Amino acid sequence: MIISVASGKGGTGKTTVATNLALSIENAQFIDCDVEEPNANVFLKAKIKDSKNVLVIVPDVDKNKCDYCGKCSEFCMYNAIAVVPSNVLVFPDLCHSCKGCELVCPRDAINWQKRSVGKIEHGQKNGIDFYHGLLNIGEIMAIPVIKALKKLVDPAKDVILDAPPGTSCPVIETIGGSDYCVLVTEPTAFGLHDLKLAVEVVKRLSISFGVIINCDGIGDNRVDDFCNEQKIPILLKIPHSMEIAQLYSKGIPFIDGIPEWDKKFKDLYKTIKKEKGK
Amino acid sequence: MKQLTVISGKGGTGKTSITAAFASLAKNAVFADCDVDAADLHLILKPKIIKTMQFHGLKRAVVDKDTCIDCKKCYDHCVFGAIDEGINIITESCEGCGVCEYVCPVDAIQMVDRDSGYAYLSETRFGPMAHAALNTAEEASGKLVTVVRNNAIELAENNNKNLIIIDGPPGIGCPVIASITDVDLVLIVTEPTLSAIHDLERILGVAKHFDVPAIVCINKYDINIDNTQNIKQYCLKNNIEIVGELPYDVNVTKAMINEKTIVEFSDDDLSKKIKKMWGEIEEILIK
Repeated sequence: MIISVASGKGGTGKTTVATNLALSIENAQFIDCDVEEPNANVFLKAKIKDSKNVLVIVPDVDKNKCDYCGKCSEFCMYNAIAVVPSNVLVFPDLCHSCKGCELVCPRDAINWQKRSVGKIEHGQKNGIDFYHGLLNIGEIMAIPVIKALKKLVDPAKDVILDAPPGTSCPVIETIGGSDYCVLVTEPTAFGLHDLKLAVEVVKRLSISFGVIINCDGIGDNRVDDFCNEQKIPILLKIPHSMEIAQLYSKGIPFIDGIPEWDKKFKDLYKTIKKEKGK
Repeated sequence: MKQLTVISGKGGTGKTSITAAFASLAKNAVFADCDVDAADLHLILKPKIIKTMQFHGLKRAVVDKDTCIDCKKCYDHCVFGAIDEGINIITESCEGCGVCEYVCPVDAIQMVDRDSGYAYLSETRFGPMAHAALNTAEEASGKLVTVVRNNAIELAENNNKNLIIIDGPPGIGCPVIASITDVDLVLIVTEPTLSAIHDLERILGVAKHFDVPAIVCINKYDINIDNTQNIKQYCLKNNIEIVGELPYDVNVTKAMINEKTIVEFSDDDLSKKIKKMWGEIEEILIK
């Protein structure tokens, strides 16, 4: 089963939930898809054994063949290629690698070269097969790194995907194809507002989902009310607690710091399986 | 005119609460919410929308099934996996490149505008505001950030404002880069957790890459004093000024629930520290 953990609002506890859930399942595969700011391994502490660059292709114009007709730049939707009277400029970080420029070039002047936009690292810890992606600093597009991570999903295993915050392309790329999505929120005005946006996204993608309320007790009951009205299952509540916050600040998964939570996360997994079966 | 962007790398460190507090302290500013994926600043600033503009992101492909001869050329050429074998467009995966339209031998595919969201020009109790809402499962949030920033500049020019305060998105990718390019200063809000420190190093790298001066504020500094010391040492070593150390305070959530800025809601220690920090930021901006 592929379980993704997402949120809308950042900092609600996605990585906390994903890490503790992965640790409480036997033989899980755990993939941190928040390639802009991956934090799962701050908690998991898997020793990284291998690393691989994520490569994308960008046009490499053969200036001997090019006659500066401008058809490529006219076609490119991303302004990634510009033609001036006697030169062609390629802006690699804007290129989506669609190959349109090659198709429209009448002189076959477009070749392709590879460039690295990030890397994927792999390690193991306590039986967990762990991967995360790192977008290179200054790089715009996270999608190719997330796509490369998603190719590593092993459907024979229980797979936990830690999603980035937000509701747009990197989130959709991460949670697309999941069997179940856990939305982590907090009982505040911001938490509720962004939860509603996240609910719209998972509904659009037709993914079964439930909610975890983190920092329960910090705010008001409007998240509870919303979930009840919408008949969204509340899978778990994690109390607002200084002990949990301090363990978090030190990078300690709180099922290790507070052992009774190990059972709660094992139960969470059972609840998700049951909800998915409905 | 000066521009300040509040960012964090890691989400949930307090960007929006701090930006809202600045809004109630700044004397002559425009506010812009560039976290267009999950915009929250409006929940506190309660803008009255004056003008709504439709936003079209990338285009999307549509197939005319009556004209389609099922040659599958589009399917073969789409690098985004946005066309299935039955020649249906998977809109969520379409990046609008136009290759399918180009290769179709019978003109059965058209690229059309997507209604990707809305941009708003508004008025708040503290001054004008530019913001936006991205439609469900839409892309091009970086492009929408640029629209919001241009709207903010227009609002500032039309209202003789000399400062734009931008609430930025989390992360380090496209929308963040669109939020910080060509601004005068970024304030990075961090917290003393190992995750936030990890993310701080990456976001500082991005600011440096784009040559934008950065200053740091440590929020909830008292939840882990050792980590706070580590952040201070790291910033000292890298010559980055720390403009504020803010205590953990339950009033932040209470103020949010009451739809007020923390400065409006309370005059406690945290409010005083934010006021002092704002004074220092204003001085840095004038320099």
